[in-house]
Amino acid sequence: MATTRSLHLGTAARRNIEGYLFISPWLIGILAFTLIPFVFSFVLGFARWEVGTPPEFVGLTNYQQLFADEVFWKSMRITTTFVILSVGLRVAIALTLATLIHQSSFARRFYLAGFYLPVMFSGVVLALVWGSMFSLDYGVINDVLRHMGITGPGWLTTPTWAMLAIVIMSAWRIGGMTVIFLAGIEDIPFELHEAAQIDGATPWQRWLRVTVPMLTPLVLFNLVTSLIASFQAFAEVQILTGGGPYNSTLVYMLYLYRQAFQYFNLGYASALAWVMFVLVVLLTLGLLRSSRSWVYYGGVRI
Amino acid sequence: MSAATTRAGQRRPHTLRGVTRMGLRGQRTLGRVARYLFLTVTLAVFLLPVYRLFIMSLMDVPDAYAVPVRWWPTVVRWINYVDIWTKTNIARSALNSTILTVGSMVGVFLSAPLVAFGFARLRFAGRDALFVVVLATMMLPGEVTLIPLYIIYKQIGWLDTYLPFIVPAFLGGGAFYIFLLRQFMMTIPGELEDAARMDGCNTLRVFASIFLPLSKPALATVGIFTFIGGWNNYLGPLIFLSSQTKMPLPVVLAAYRDLEGGFHGNLVMSAACAAVLPCLAIFFIFQEYMVGGIALTGIKG
Repeated sequence: MATTRSLHLGTAARRNIEGYLFISPWLIGILAFTLIPFVFSFVLGFARWEVGTPPEFVGLTNYQQLFADEVFWKSMRITTTFVILSVGLRVAIALTLATLIHQSSFARRFYLAGFYLPVMFSGVVLALVWGSMFSLDYGVINDVLRHMGITGPGWLTTPTWAMLAIVIMSAWRIGGMTVIFLAGIEDIPFELHEAAQIDGATPWQRWLRVTVPMLTPLVLFNLVTSLIASFQAFAEVQILTGGGPYNSTLVYMLYLYRQAFQYFNLGYASALAWVMFVLVVLLTLGLLRSSRSWVYYGGVRI
Repeated sequence: MSAATTRAGQRRPHTLRGVTRMGLRGQRTLGRVARYLFLTVTLAVFLLPVYRLFIMSLMDVPDAYAVPVRWWPTVVRWINYVDIWTKTNIARSALNSTILTVGSMVGVFLSAPLVAFGFARLRFAGRDALFVVVLATMMLPGEVTLIPLYIIYKQIGWLDTYLPFIVPAFLGGGAFYIFLLRQFMMTIPGELEDAARMDGCNTLRVFASIFLPLSKPALATVGIFTFIGGWNNYLGPLIFLSSQTKMPLPVVLAAYRDLEGGFHGNLVMSAACAAVLPCLAIFFIFQEYMVGGIALTGIKG
C-alpha cells in the first residue's frame, strides 16, 4: 500500500501526517464543540453563575442543593417512568411489526413506508398533531371513544393520563427501530429455520427460539440508542404538556431547560446535566454488562 | 453484532413454505389473513394522526373546533395554504430553515467524507483509539454540552447567528455521519485503491476519484439525515437564537400555536403540514437510501 515516492520523511511519519490531515476537521471540531464544552460543563457544576455576574466557585453546593431538591427527584421519577414505558413499548411494537412485515409476501414496502412516515415529523409537529388527537372535547381519540360509548379522560389535564399521552406520542416514532429489526430478521440464515422445522418446531416456537435469540444483538442496540434518546425527550413534551399538569410530565430535559434558560442558573443546570450524563453512562454500561447473559452472538455466549 | 454481519447479503425466501400437509392449508390462509388484517389496522391507527393533521389544515375555524369531531371539512379550504403564506411570517421562517439546513448540509458533505476516509482507509498512529472517541461521542447526550456551548457562543458573539449550526457541520459534521460513511468505505475493495496508487494517484486523488464517487449511496443517506435533522431542529435555535426574524420553522410553529390558542387553530395545522412537506418529499424520493442507511448503522454497529 505504501507509496514508493521518496521524500525526506519516513513512510510512517508521512502516513501519520496524511492521516491526521484527513481527520483534522473532526479533530478541531471535537475539541472545540465537544471536549472543551464537556470539561467546561463539569467545572460549571461546581460554580454559581447567574447571567451578568462573574462565576463564583461554590464547591459541592450545587450537588447538595440538587439532592435536596424535590422537583429534581420528582423529575427523576417521571423520567424513569417515561423511559421504561416508552423504550419497552417501542421495542415491543417494533419487533412485532418487523416480524409481521417480514412474513408478508406483498406490500412490504408499503407497510414499512407507512410505519416509517412519522419519523419525518419534527418534535414540534409531533406535539401539534398529538395535541389535536388528545384534546378533551375536540380530540380524535375521545371522539372515537365516544362512539364506543366511553367517556374519554382529560388526556392533557390529568397527571396519570398526561404521562400516558407522552408515552403514546413517543411510541408513534418506531420506524427506525422497525427497519433495523427487519434487516436483522432478513439476515437470519434460512438453515436455522429449516433445522428447527425438521425438528418439529411450530412457527411460534421458531420465532421464540430462532428469530428472537438471533435478534438479541439488535435488541441491545435499540435499547441503548432509544434509552439515550428518551432521556433527552424535550421538544414534543414541552409543546404537548409543557411539563404539566402539576409538573406530572416534567421530564428531566425540561427541568434542565427551565433551570438553565428560564431561571438562568447555569451552574445548577450543569450539575443537573452531569447527573443525567453519569446516569446514562451507568445505565448503558449496565445494559452492556447484562447483555452477556441474554445477547446471543452467533453460537457462543460471551 | 457479528452474528448478523457475517451472514449479511444472503438471500432466501422470506417465509417457510416447505410444508404442504393439506390440513395446515386452511390454518395458514387464516393466519395470513389475520396478519394482513392486523398490519393494516395498526397502520391505519398509525396514520390517523397524519390524516387528522392534513384534514384539519383544510378546515375553517368552526370545523376545526366542531364537537363531535368532523372527519371531513364542510368546505375544503385550500386557501389556508395561501393564507399562511400571505398572512403570517412563515415564508420568512421557511427561508431561515432553508439557510440553516443547506448550510449544514454543505458542511457535512465537505468534511464528513474526508474524515471517514481517514478512519476507514489510512493507517496512522492512534487511529483506532481516536475512532473509539468517535463512537463514544455518538453516545454522548447533547444536553451535557448545551450550557457550556451557550456560554462559549455568547463570549465569541455567535449567539443569534447561524454560525452555531453551520460551523460544526464543516468540522466533521457529527460522529454519526462519520461512522456511517466509514462503515461504508470499509466495504469498498482494496484492489481499486491499489490500482489507482499504481497509476500514481496520491491519497487525495484516491479519495476524490475513487472513494467519493463509490460512496454515493452512503452520502445520500447522510444528506437525507442532515436535511431532516437540520429542518426539524428545535432546541438549538430555541436556545442560540433570539431574534424572531431569524427563527426557523419549528420554533415559529411552536410560538404560533400559542398565539392561535391551542392545538386547534386550523392555520397552525396548515403551517405544520407545509413544514413537514419537504421532509415527506425527500422521504418518498429517497426511501431506498434511508432504509439502507439505517440498516447499515444498526447491524454493523
